[in-house]
Amino acid sequence: MPEQVELEGIAAEADRARTDEGAQKMRGRDETGSLELAYEKGNAAGARKAVMTNEPWSDVSDDDETMIINMGPQHPSTHGVLRLMLELDAETVVRVKPVIGYLHTGMEKTAETLTFTQGATNVTRMDYLAPMSNELCWALTVEKLLDLEIPPRATAIRVLMAELNRISSHLVSLATQGMDLGAISMMIYGFREREEILSFFEKCSGLRMNNDYIRPGGVAADLPPDWESDVAKIVETFPAHIDEYEELLTENPIWRERTIGVGSVTVEQCYALGLTGPILRAAGKAWDLRVDQPYCGYETYDFDVITGTNGDVFDRYKVRVGEMRESIKIVKQVLDRMPEGDYRSQDKKVTPPPRIRIDESMEALIHHFKIFTEGYKVPAGEVYCAIESPRGEIANYLVSSGSSKPWRLHVRAPSFANLQGLAPMMEGGLLADAVAVIASTDPVMGDVDR
Amino acid sequence: MSKSEAREENNKLGEAQGLPDELGAVLARISGAERVDQYGQAVIAIDAAAWAEVAVQLKEAGFESLVDMCGVDYQGYEAGSALGTRFEVVVNLISCSYGARLRVRIGVDGEAPVCPSVCAVWPGANWFEREAFDMFGIEFTGHPELSRILMPDDWSGHPLRKDFAVGAIPVQFSGAPRPQ
Repeated sequence: MPEQVELEGIAAEADRARTDEGAQKMRGRDETGSLELAYEKGNAAGARKAVMTNEPWSDVSDDDETMIINMGPQHPSTHGVLRLMLELDAETVVRVKPVIGYLHTGMEKTAETLTFTQGATNVTRMDYLAPMSNELCWALTVEKLLDLEIPPRATAIRVLMAELNRISSHLVSLATQGMDLGAISMMIYGFREREEILSFFEKCSGLRMNNDYIRPGGVAADLPPDWESDVAKIVETFPAHIDEYEELLTENPIWRERTIGVGSVTVEQCYALGLTGPILRAAGKAWDLRVDQPYCGYETYDFDVITGTNGDVFDRYKVRVGEMRESIKIVKQVLDRMPEGDYRSQDKKVTPPPRIRIDESMEALIHHFKIFTEGYKVPAGEVYCAIESPRGEIANYLVSSGSSKPWRLHVRAPSFANLQGLAPMMEGGLLADAVAVIASTDPVMGDVDR
Repeated sequence: MSKSEAREENNKLGEAQGLPDELGAVLARISGAERVDQYGQAVIAIDAAAWAEVAVQLKEAGFESLVDMCGVDYQGYEAGSALGTRFEVVVNLISCSYGARLRVRIGVDGEAPVCPSVCAVWPGANWFEREAFDMFGIEFTGHPELSRILMPDDWSGHPLRKDFAVGAIPVQFSGAPRPQ
């Protein structure tokens, strides 16, 4: 039936139009400029010369033997809605181009319409596996503009939460990486142990994720009365759990075969592409903002910066495992020395009156109402504040105009920068290794697209 | 000491403490670069025309990595932009060898602002420049493939500009019929 064929043709055309990314997609070599090609081949960092001199690539083989395929955005191994366009020569990846933006919800624009109090609920949804890091970074940035002194107990609670969150985030990384490479037990173990930490978060803040617990001025509520036994249980049981993962993976010949020597990057490439966190440390550079540019009193805690040597998938895995052990060490120290006192600043401009006062005092009610409707004014200025999230440097660049809402908030998302490393990591490797490489960069698409 | 005095003191300290002496001396030598430190953080302000050259000098001085770059729109900003331009490109650099951090504020102006690309200096600038182009319409000359990165390719306008209203346009999807 010719009519039906025609209709099918139209439907196929419409489908193509729907999935077309226009200028953002990967095109054939003949339509791609040599500079662009250099980036897609991952050579921009390694062979800067070609980029600078604008020379064509000598090793570009015949287009006919390769094909461009899509991986994602709906693919279980891309950890969210990440679309990779890969040019393959048989099973070898010749070049790769990540296409992102599928989860873009304009959170930076939204931030301009929210008060500084509401801002925490906004940023916590970006990197949804490490909400505490997002909140901590937001709080520190706003406090820097406010010039606010934070009580020691609040700071210690923040460190406790951030480190527990680091463990839970690395657990998801390990779990999903395990599943991507066929170690299904790791998936189950990782999520099982993560739940213990999330239960503790729920006890403290009421929510498992997107806690909105760390706020400018301190934290939302004091720790629950029996927090010490909960944290002590985590500190006691987790080292054994981590031993279990290592037994399962580190010495596993299949795991080693799949990860050692795969997706290597050098320190120079990390610098060139702005890669931070476990990727940079696995390459051999001991750069950790908790040590190198300390905040929240991290300089008073005793812990090591874990580094690798080869910068491959295996080293990144080892760095994460090591960081979990170090985080437990920090949590133990917080447990030993948690100071007494306020859990939030007593600055009346920022902190609302306690709930009990609202029943007794009209002024307290008005004060409370004002803070949550109008918000507090933050002095005009611009500030950039960076902390070490489980994925690398997360930072907020905040411009205030002196009103109760930010003029501009830019979030330096570690996953966004780290995804640029995919090209040098994947180029020349096998398609099956691409899965291992994605998992090892640990991207969170909420963080990438914001 | 009052709070504002304390802040001023803090800012002054920043000039001395923000950077190691070697880097501070390099910055002082760069012509057209003005120190505008804030909150103890080292900041320089430069003109867009000088950026490409300054970038090379900064990289040589030891700022190995460009960690962040973003645009800012100062249209309607009460105090006015410190640089006197409507847009700014703000770049954050780190030097792992010195353990230092530097912010560069680049003033770019006009309805179709232009800024030189530094992809050749720090390849990691690629996506950040695409994002700034996508969100603010700042054109980076010399960029290998300046296309949108977060918004759909057929989107019109640049959403983070101050004259782009919040929620005034229904959500667009690639290929969907345009609102009339």
